[in-house]
Amino acid sequence: MYGFEALTFNIHGGYLEAIVRGHRAGLLTAADYNNLCQCETLDDIKMHLSATEYGPYLQNEPSPLHTTTIVEKCTLKLVDEYKHMLCQATEPLSTFLEYITYGHMIDNVVLIVTGTLHERDVQELLEKCHPLGMFDSIATLAVAQNMRELYRLVLVDTPLAPYFSECITSEDLDDMNIEIMRNTLYKAYLEDFYKFCQKLGGATSEIMSDLLAFEADRRAVNITINSIGTELTRDDRRKLYSSFGLLYPYGHEELAVCEDIDQVRSVMEKYPPYQSIFSKLSYGESQMLDKAFYEEEVKRHCLAFEQQFHYGVFFAYMRLREQEIRNLMWISECVAQNQKSRVHDSVVFIF
Amino acid sequence: MGGCCPPMDLFRSEPMQLVRLIIPIESSHLTASYLGDLGLLQFKDLNAEKSPFQRTYATQIKRCGELARKLRFFKDQMLKAGFSPKLSTTRADISLDDLEVKLGELEAELIEMNANGEKLQRAYNELGEYKLVLQKAGEFFHSAQSSALEQHREYGSRLTGEESLDIPLLLDQEMSIDPSKQVKLGFLTGLVPREKSMAFERILFRATRGNIFLKQTVVEDPVTDPVSREKVEKNVFLVFFSGERAKNKILKICEAFGANRYPFSEDLNKQAQAINEVSARLSELKTTVDAGLLHRGNLLQTIAEQFERWNLLVRKEKYIYHTLNMLSLDVTKKCLVAEGWSPVFATKQIQDALQRAAIDSNSQVGAIFQGLHTRESPPTYFRTNKFTSAFQEIVDAYGVAKYQEANPGVYTIVTFPFLFAVMFGDWGHGICLFLATLYFIVREKKLSVEKLGDITEMTFGGRYVILMMSIFSIYTGLIYNEFFSVPFELFGRSAYACRDISCRDATTEGLVKVRSTYPFGLDPVWHGTRSELPFLNSLKMKMSILLGVAQMNLGIILSYFNAKYFGNNINIWFQFLPQLIFLNSLFGYLSVLILVKWCTGSQVDLYHVMIYMFLGPTDDLGENQLFAGQKTVQLVLLFLALISVPWMLLPKPFLLKKQCENMHQGQSYTLIEGTEESLQVESNHDSHNHEEFDFSEVFVHQLIHTIEFVLGAVSNTASYLRLWALSLAHSELSSVFYDKVLLLAWGYNNVIILVVGIIVFIFATIGVLLVMETLSAFLHALRLHWVEFQNKFYEGDGYKFHPFSFAVTDDDDD
Repeated sequence: MYGFEALTFNIHGGYLEAIVRGHRAGLLTAADYNNLCQCETLDDIKMHLSATEYGPYLQNEPSPLHTTTIVEKCTLKLVDEYKHMLCQATEPLSTFLEYITYGHMIDNVVLIVTGTLHERDVQELLEKCHPLGMFDSIATLAVAQNMRELYRLVLVDTPLAPYFSECITSEDLDDMNIEIMRNTLYKAYLEDFYKFCQKLGGATSEIMSDLLAFEADRRAVNITINSIGTELTRDDRRKLYSSFGLLYPYGHEELAVCEDIDQVRSVMEKYPPYQSIFSKLSYGESQMLDKAFYEEEVKRHCLAFEQQFHYGVFFAYMRLREQEIRNLMWISECVAQNQKSRVHDSVVFIF
Repeated sequence: MGGCCPPMDLFRSEPMQLVRLIIPIESSHLTASYLGDLGLLQFKDLNAEKSPFQRTYATQIKRCGELARKLRFFKDQMLKAGFSPKLSTTRADISLDDLEVKLGELEAELIEMNANGEKLQRAYNELGEYKLVLQKAGEFFHSAQSSALEQHREYGSRLTGEESLDIPLLLDQEMSIDPSKQVKLGFLTGLVPREKSMAFERILFRATRGNIFLKQTVVEDPVTDPVSREKVEKNVFLVFFSGERAKNKILKICEAFGANRYPFSEDLNKQAQAINEVSARLSELKTTVDAGLLHRGNLLQTIAEQFERWNLLVRKEKYIYHTLNMLSLDVTKKCLVAEGWSPVFATKQIQDALQRAAIDSNSQVGAIFQGLHTRESPPTYFRTNKFTSAFQEIVDAYGVAKYQEANPGVYTIVTFPFLFAVMFGDWGHGICLFLATLYFIVREKKLSVEKLGDITEMTFGGRYVILMMSIFSIYTGLIYNEFFSVPFELFGRSAYACRDISCRDATTEGLVKVRSTYPFGLDPVWHGTRSELPFLNSLKMKMSILLGVAQMNLGIILSYFNAKYFGNNINIWFQFLPQLIFLNSLFGYLSVLILVKWCTGSQVDLYHVMIYMFLGPTDDLGENQLFAGQKTVQLVLLFLALISVPWMLLPKPFLLKKQCENMHQGQSYTLIEGTEESLQVESNHDSHNHEEFDFSEVFVHQLIHTIEFVLGAVSNTASYLRLWALSLAHSELSSVFYDKVLLLAWGYNNVIILVVGIIVFIFATIGVLLVMETLSAFLHALRLHWVEFQNKFYEGDGYKFHPFSFAVTDDDDD
């Protein structure tokens, strides 16, 4: 099967691949970011963005702008593009595109559940949800008291249902097991997505395996770092790692027993692709790790565009756009709070 | 240009000058406005390195953007309310500041009104929903009650009678339960969107483990939702439950599903009362809402009257500030410096505008206007009118002419429609095309304002091209003597007639010439004869070659005019001359042979003449002899053709190299002798002009050019044969439609078949011949111009003159 995508890919995927490549060409460049970083007010940012593809989405916003408005409108653009692509897609691309949103769905579920736990207003929570991860009965999540109910009431109708098989307990929800639930769900999701991509075969499976493996490894590292010093046992920790990726299985064994960040580092430095990430950090530091990972991720996603006739570009594009929106959010926050010195801390240039 | 002839404006683009304006800051806005009205100055961006928000007038642009946003808001509101802005082109006599204040006020007013209206509307919609709930749920309660009563009665009647087995035993128990222990059933009523109703029911069922009773009734008409204000199809629901926990759950679920709940009383009297109350309040609210809408309508009406003017003003202001942003601010911050291109003829007008602006803005100092010298290539500007612009577009689509280069557009006006017509020769079709385009031209004024569809727009834009095409195709159609493929004896009788009665089956051999030659075009007698095709093919092929050679020669001669105009002697002697000789010694000679053959009526095969001219130039000509001394002539021509190839190839690169070396030498002298200023100028222009003379590159370039020309001379001539091919296709197609559709249908002597035949014929004529054939002939004519004609001389690497003009902004919006 491999090697013959070029023959048939364009029958169904050609148009959308062209579309997504066109969208990618609209991503902000380093020159744009440099200009944006010089902005004095949010209006300046709007003015600059009006010359980019975000223009039509921002032009009708009245003048005292807020960071949230900018982010909201930029996300709206992404969602519009996504919906357009989903409408045009045929199987298996449409399933592939749907898979991309499951991550957001998990986040939204967790957001709502945590929010209700802390007795926030559901409407307010719904506004904070990522629009890509919305599903019909999402508001009903607030009704559930424990995970079994959560599953039985709401999630059984969503695509997330199969991922729940591992984490149904009758315990009442609390912060800790919500977080465990999130990670278990995410693990199951990544594994399922991985399997799906393997099934697609060809360049898609090759490239997506690579991207998803990176994602899984990053999550493993994050889980390890975040669970240091909590009551999570080693075995439980190991259960949260996805069963693929570069670290699987030996790296996971080692990560599971790590007690501090330097141990994590020594584990990771055994793996050449991650060595470069960790070599940028000084010992004992984990603050900049996120940024380093994001930079690596962006680089990998950009590389996905170098090859043709595969679905990885859709995944990569969505991720790149999300990174861009994160950048915009950071820049506008810095501008709004007059912290321009910190602008470069968290901006990841895409080109 | 030479003084001998009247000026031909279209032949060379307008002479341009780079000018510098120094405008006092207080009159800059007015100056820009006047210059925009004039529309003859293209500003250069002097702040290219600055990002948009760092420029001088960034705040003003932001203000304009804000105003534009407000106007868009108004427009949106007006469209929703069904007002269309009145078209007006008069200028708004209101300053931007005033407009800003006014628009702000209007916006605030409108927003407040909308908010009030929304509140009222929401209350109104809620009441409407409440009323529905009351009605539907009331009906349900009523029917439930009556059926319960009936059951009760039945039960009672049965009790009095004999005990029956089918009376459920549980019923007894239930009845016997102590009323104090009985759980009080609660209920909720409300409306839920119909598409969600299934999911709603499912979730309710799951959440309460089935311990509810849900009743839904369809509301027939779509209901306006109070929150989203959209028409939604909804169901009235009524849910019974027991217990406080269940109630909480149900409340949350209702909220999650956007189901609006309404209080409802079991008591029938209270229900009736509530219905009355709600109806009364509904009608009350209705009048309030209507009054609010009327008021809002009035406001929007007043906005609509002014809207277009404001919009125009805001757009103009924005354009002005964008332009002013391209000017650089003087160090003293008292004046703006502008640089830009303008046609030389406009100097007076621009100075006038500057003066007027200075006076009108009460500025103490006027703007300074000065010309600059530059080595930069100026933009290309042709003053076209509505007739020539479409032809110029055809040329520009290939490439915008280099500054002051000979413009093929001039010749295109005639040659393009003519070559088209050669391929589209049928005066019947020509007349159809003519009438169609006449419609566009007669209704020109009206149509140019309207918004047309894509294809119509294109046709409309090229209406004068099509007009010329149709006129020429009537002309060629008369020459080919074809009217929907039927020949007519328009110019007298045919020259030939039958020798005797036996020659009815029309072969030329049976015909004798009885009169003098048919005076114009093709003798109609050729039509339908066996030798029609061989004759026409030979004629059209030869004609194509003649036309092609003529047009290519024109192209080469234009390259001479270019070289002469730019003072490039090398190009005259080592490009133009050998090219002319090469082309004419081969294909010019062929054309002469064609003419000689036509005049003398000789039967020599021209293929053979041409082929043996190359294969055996010294051989005996034999039967290929057309005129005396032919062999010598051919030998000379062949020699000339051979010699012109290295002539084209070799000298030019060497001469250029030498020229360049001389230039460098000369420069070293000026360096010593020149004054400071000239030194600066010299070094400036030097850096622009020659960076590095790379001989190998120039030589390879010349080699490519030479090969292209030599091979092109053959292939381009062959390419002109498309004139014959398309013309043949056209006439064959139209005769097929005529013979096989119209005449066939006629032959059946049946009205229905005839009508069908005529309809098919009309559609085939319009669809295939008038639309598709026009397109294909158009494209081939286009190709002949772009490739075969223009590659002989046209560089087309200029850039267009885009003046700062308000006239342009009017169209390019939306």
